[in-house]
Amino acid sequence: MPARLPPFERVIEEHGPALLRFCVAEAGPARADDCFQESLLAALRAYPRLRDPGAVRGWLFSIAARKAIDLHRAEARAPRRRADDPEAGDVGCEAPERDPALWARVRALPPKQHQAVTLRYVADLSHADIAQAMGTSEAAARRNVFEGLARLRKALRG
Amino acid sequence: MAPPDADRLARLRGALALRADAEGRVDVAFERHASPLGTLLLGATSHGLVRVGLPNDGEADVLDELAARISARVLHVAREPLTRARRQLDAYFEGRRRQFELALDWQLTRGFRRDVLRATARIPYGSTASYREIARRAGSPSAFRATGSALAANPLPIVVPCHRVLPASGELGSYRGGAAAKAQLLALERAMPTAREGAR
Repeated sequence: MPARLPPFERVIEEHGPALLRFCVAEAGPARADDCFQESLLAALRAYPRLRDPGAVRGWLFSIAARKAIDLHRAEARAPRRRADDPEAGDVGCEAPERDPALWARVRALPPKQHQAVTLRYVADLSHADIAQAMGTSEAAARRNVFEGLARLRKALRG
Repeated sequence: MAPPDADRLARLRGALALRADAEGRVDVAFERHASPLGTLLLGATSHGLVRVGLPNDGEADVLDELAARISARVLHVAREPLTRARRQLDAYFEGRRRQFELALDWQLTRGFRRDVLRATARIPYGSTASYREIARRAGSPSAFRATGSALAANPLPIVVPCHRVLPASGELGSYRGGAAAKAQLLALERAMPTAREGAR
């Protein structure tokens, strides 16, 4: 018998706040709610097939990362609903919106670095969980975060 | 970093649970219910009420049990028969209801244990039966010890009134929710002549 999965309600309890922060940073404030709900619905559908209960966090964020990309594509097709719409700016509870200039730089990083930095500093994932979420080795996850930060530092200085 | 706004999270979680339920992805729905015994945890499958958790069962333990024995897709969502069960429990604790009319899912109990609980479910409001009597009604008169363990593992206390089963000595006996809770339920039903009769 596979190891026991915790009740899904507890997954939401434990990872919901970080997931919402991640969705705000990744999908943009206007699409964050959709990203959050779509990610958790997809996770709930697949949940009984998850083999390793210890990997829940990385697994959940791998789903969210894919959803955020899907929503970004949808956003690109609907230019009126951009994240920097004044209408969309009324979120007020997420750090990425407190420092839009910084987060614009983060979004401008190469995709892997950008995602690794967001998972590390917005969703507060460990390097092991980032590796799981992005489907890379832990060393690659560490390198993506490190190189992303280095590039950010350079951009902010310049 | 500031945590996301709690109201926003709560709203999103509520909407998510409703969508998940509408999609048929919630295998076990649960709700909390305030009662004179403390907060009860009510769990239901599509077949009916499957679990009544008493305060001393521990909410986290009950949720773990449901996840392990039924499905890990356990979510907090208001749906039938939970709403109905909550209304009937309120009426019961206010003395306005003597019988529960709810679809029950018996999957957390099997074999002789289930027979014991079915026999227990037929003990009328306000009366009591002995362990030996319930063993007989469940078809194994000599198995009154096994009857005791079946009652101790009752997944649906209150609704399946295991509090109405007492030792022949007239004492209160044990109860999954603690002796005080048992006394409280019997007092509510005014089923406490045992104290007098037991003294004879």
